[in-house]
Amino acid sequence: MNRLTTGTRAGHVRAVVLRAVLLTALALAATFALDPFRNYQLAVIAATFCATAGLTLLVGLTGQLSLGHAVLMAAGGYGYALVAAPAADAGLPPAAGLALGVVGALVASGAVGGLLGLAGARLRGPYLAGLTLALVIALPAVATQVPGLGKDQGLAVPFVPVPGPLAGVMVVEQWHAWVAIVVTAVAVTPLVVLRSGRAGLRMRAVHGDEVAARLAGVSPARVKVGAFVAGSLSAGLGGAVLAVVTQNVGPGRYSLAFSLLLVVAVVVGGLGSVGGAAAGAALVVLLPWLVDTVASGLPADLEQRLSGNLAVAVFGALLIAVTVAWPGGLAAATSGPRARLAGRLRRPRPADPPSDPPSDSRPEPRPITER
Amino acid sequence: MDRLVLLVSTGVARGLVIALFALSLVIIWRAARIVNFAQAAMAVVAVYVAFALQAATGSFVVALLGALVTGALLGAAVERGLMRRVSGRTPMPGMIVAIGLVMVLQSVLGILFGPKHRPMTPVLAETPLSVGGVPVLSRYDLFVLVVALVVVVGLGVLFNRSTLGLQLRASAVAPEVSRLLGVRVPRMVTIGWMLSSAVAALAVLLLVPTELGLNAHSADVLFVHAFTVAVLGGLDSPAGALLGGVVVGVLVSLVTGYASAGLAPLAVLALLTVVLLVRPGGIFAPKEARTA
Repeated sequence: MNRLTTGTRAGHVRAVVLRAVLLTALALAATFALDPFRNYQLAVIAATFCATAGLTLLVGLTGQLSLGHAVLMAAGGYGYALVAAPAADAGLPPAAGLALGVVGALVASGAVGGLLGLAGARLRGPYLAGLTLALVIALPAVATQVPGLGKDQGLAVPFVPVPGPLAGVMVVEQWHAWVAIVVTAVAVTPLVVLRSGRAGLRMRAVHGDEVAARLAGVSPARVKVGAFVAGSLSAGLGGAVLAVVTQNVGPGRYSLAFSLLLVVAVVVGGLGSVGGAAAGAALVVLLPWLVDTVASGLPADLEQRLSGNLAVAVFGALLIAVTVAWPGGLAAATSGPRARLAGRLRRPRPADPPSDPPSDSRPEPRPITER
Repeated sequence: MDRLVLLVSTGVARGLVIALFALSLVIIWRAARIVNFAQAAMAVVAVYVAFALQAATGSFVVALLGALVTGALLGAAVERGLMRRVSGRTPMPGMIVAIGLVMVLQSVLGILFGPKHRPMTPVLAETPLSVGGVPVLSRYDLFVLVVALVVVVGLGVLFNRSTLGLQLRASAVAPEVSRLLGVRVPRMVTIGWMLSSAVAALAVLLLVPTELGLNAHSADVLFVHAFTVAVLGGLDSPAGALLGGVVVGVLVSLVTGYASAGLAPLAVLALLTVVLLVRPGGIFAPKEARTA
């Protein structure tokens, strides 16, 4: 690699990191404008975004459909709880407990993701999806049968109080939102760097044509396992954030329904697009809440039936509609206006490398007229 | 010893239901090269129709026919209305649409019928019959056994001995060549979907009376078991599905009987993982590598 390209590559990484720092600062500032419940929702969205960002790379770039991404979040949550609780018992300060817990989450989710990735490298399409589906359905059984995971109730997670210097400025929900935002930034930024760099190119190559990729010296197995581990680590961090925010980790939250919502988020957001994953995460957290809020005025019986179900029906319909009619998702729908805006904002520079390849999602399918 | 015999024979009966459902996955795989993740939800819709028919007419035969017809119609509708509209070059869009369909069907059923399980009484008594003093199978289990065997043999004849079966197989394996030879490939795909959904509806109809009752999620676990079976046997092999179904049924029955019901999903998951890792081509499908 010559110096020129190394230079632009490093410059690109710097640009991504700079953008991440700016967005993080913006999000941290925004928490001051939100009430405690909104801040709680923001933290949940951030945690979900951790998982969807990894999943969108996995599905969109390497073509591995994981229906069990919630299991990886659960692994992160349990990893956090299993490390943070003894740390709190040992009398460590909350910040140290938090840091150790995050390491625990990374180790647990990385281990589970590595194993799944090894399986995924050998399997294709429906087989990987079926294996991950079986995994997420078996999760309650794992939580009940494996000692130390606290059975159905799950594990309690030590409370992370607002640190002294900030105690006068913010309530605990806002502090948790801060933790969530910072952890999410740490989880997602490497994924953005991976996606736009050489690793992302390899993932696309493997997805596009495995044989050709192999001929070009790319090892499909290594790329697939790597993508799976990267996505798992990020999902594990999301699980750790959820554990901190809800002070509990249990099998109930990480159900098949939640796993499918993650898939909805990445498909609706646009497969392969990290920005789309963020929008999708916000959608799958906020829409069920909105539906419940609207339904709370209805009679009790009807409300009980609609709660949960109506949002899932809408999500299912969205999933079908987007896949059939609008395969790029939100990312493709907004890419035209975004590109025009970016072109207007950007200083005119002759040798500006395109930061985003335009085909960041799946190619348009041919219209099928007959088989 | 009596307990072992009882557990194994119940396992065989349950396994045949799983095998029947797995067979529906095999049919659709053979016809369209797709694993239909919405199979369970579609079958449950058909069983709700059967339930309503049984409540209205009191006749199990009418309910059975209703389930088969509804299943077939649903299969045709899903294939014509949805699956035909997505790109067939990779399996991903088809899988995603199927998952969306699961979410829509299950939540609509939940909205219409609520979360509670509706008990369904079996047509025949469930008390075990004794053979030489050892309790073995109930009349209902025997009925399930006979129905499953009839369907398996019928499908075997259809696929291997009839022109329609030949056309179905041909259009799945080589659609272009089949079309050149005058096979109406789109119609064959639709027929494959109809057959598959009808068989799945039958399997769920046979399963529900032996479980808690009818609910939008009644067949979720059955789908996971059947998927395990289809992988175990190889998605292309009906005989493998049959044998695999019995293996999984007996495994679940033994683990539930001797250890605990909570361990059964883990045993199935372990079996699936081992087979996928050691023999991703399926135990009974040695010839063809999986390329879907």
